[in-house]
Amino acid sequence: MSLIETHGMTVRYEAVPVLSNVDFAIEKGEIVTVVGPNGSGKSTLIKALLGVLKPTAGTVRQADGLRIGYVPQKLHIDPTLPMTVMRFLSLPHRHTEAERIEMLARVGVTGVGARQMADLSGGQFQRVLLARALLAKPDILILDEPTQGLDQPGIAGFYRLIEDVRAETGVAVLLVSHDLHVVMSASDRVICLNGHICCEGAPNVVSAAPEYRALFGLGTGGTLALYQHAHDHGHDHDHDHVHHHPPALDEAQ
Amino acid sequence: MLDDFLIRAALAGIGLSLATGPLGAFVVWRRMAYFGDATAHAAILGVALAVASGLPVFLGTVLVAMGVALAVSGLSWRGQAMDTVLGVLAHGALAFGLVAISLVPGARVDLQALLFGDILTVGRADLAVIWGGSLAVGLLLVWRWQALLTATLNDELAASAGIDPARERLGLTLALALVVAVAIKVVGALLIAALLIIPAAAARRFTTTPEAMALAAIGCGALSSIGGLQASLRFDTPAGPSIIAAAVVIYLISVAYRR
Repeated sequence: MSLIETHGMTVRYEAVPVLSNVDFAIEKGEIVTVVGPNGSGKSTLIKALLGVLKPTAGTVRQADGLRIGYVPQKLHIDPTLPMTVMRFLSLPHRHTEAERIEMLARVGVTGVGARQMADLSGGQFQRVLLARALLAKPDILILDEPTQGLDQPGIAGFYRLIEDVRAETGVAVLLVSHDLHVVMSASDRVICLNGHICCEGAPNVVSAAPEYRALFGLGTGGTLALYQHAHDHGHDHDHDHVHHHPPALDEAQ
Repeated sequence: MLDDFLIRAALAGIGLSLATGPLGAFVVWRRMAYFGDATAHAAILGVALAVASGLPVFLGTVLVAMGVALAVSGLSWRGQAMDTVLGVLAHGALAFGLVAISLVPGARVDLQALLFGDILTVGRADLAVIWGGSLAVGLLLVWRWQALLTATLNDELAASAGIDPARERLGLTLALALVVAVAIKVVGALLIAALLIIPAAAARRFTTTPEAMALAAIGCGALSSIGGLQASLRFDTPAGPSIIAAAVVIYLISVAYRR
């Protein structure tokens, strides 16, 4: 089976549906990117896939014994909690000192082991988060906006690292991101999310899809491509998404 | 050796520190100070109910503290305005507890001891309860340590590794209720939260890892117990508050300390 899959998954907060009827699957070794505007349910999707949120309807299933390496969008470490980088890398599973030092080198932050997590720069912090996730020898890496607060070279470097790791280990990667241009070229598949799956497919297919352009106004039409959408979705949660969306891109094109 | 009341008192303080050190560290890291207060104050209500119903006091205290702690932690992840709700609960539990005690017919409850502790009258049986409860809490924390720390950092981080953050939270809540029931004899309901927070806060300055901080908090708690008892003897001051005062002095020294 797939590493993680959902069928008809709906998640509501209070009574408001944040995600509706999501069918999602990620396979071994795949790089899948989820894009979508703020409030589109990206973080909710990740929480549901991790099992932190229970879906209101539908199912989520992880493969048996699935090992997940998770890199959170933001990790706030309370200033009252002392935490060296080396100590952090052994959470929740303990790893030998040699393994941890080697992994720090692998992600390009040799020598920060004795520092406090709070004293790291944004880029170093993200790489340490990645190192911790990789130490679990995951089947899948789940990265939630992993490059927030990084500058352009930092972002490019980070994604290069992810691609290298995938090439070396064959780990699947599920990425939630805003960095559309950078991310999409590296992805096998892109999912465009806005409360439901608007469209999905290979990066070039998705970037040409009207649903995608309606959300991001990118591509050949530039800003004019905004709202060229055949039928306006009304992408908010004030009404139910009862109308039919073209599920396949062939239809949409 | 256990015949000396002062030695029994010191042993009570040291035993309690084994639990309040690491648990207090979690209270500080997770910002549960008010939560600790609410649970501790609920113990007074527990004493009143135990006296009224003829239950053993320890049992009544544990049960009511646990009930309030569970109710509060149920609220805490529904994301209400927490400090207000906790403020209401903490002081509400205190007020209702004091009212309830005054209503228990023929009750001979020493209010002073309930509020500020009575460590100098700790007997052998009390010592057994204090050490038993503290060791139980200590072992629970050691057993769940990695999972608790991960869940303290981030719920999703924990869930991604198969740890249920709600279950870990529940473990801490139960540990807190047990510590409150054990500690009420030593420092009293009003100062239990202080014994959790102050040694941990003092330990923060000297340490670079969570484990070191928890151990240092144990040391600081034990030192405060011994120092407070000495001061209490010399200046003829109440023992419970003297212990907390000693902890505050250590905290102030730690604040002044520069690395």
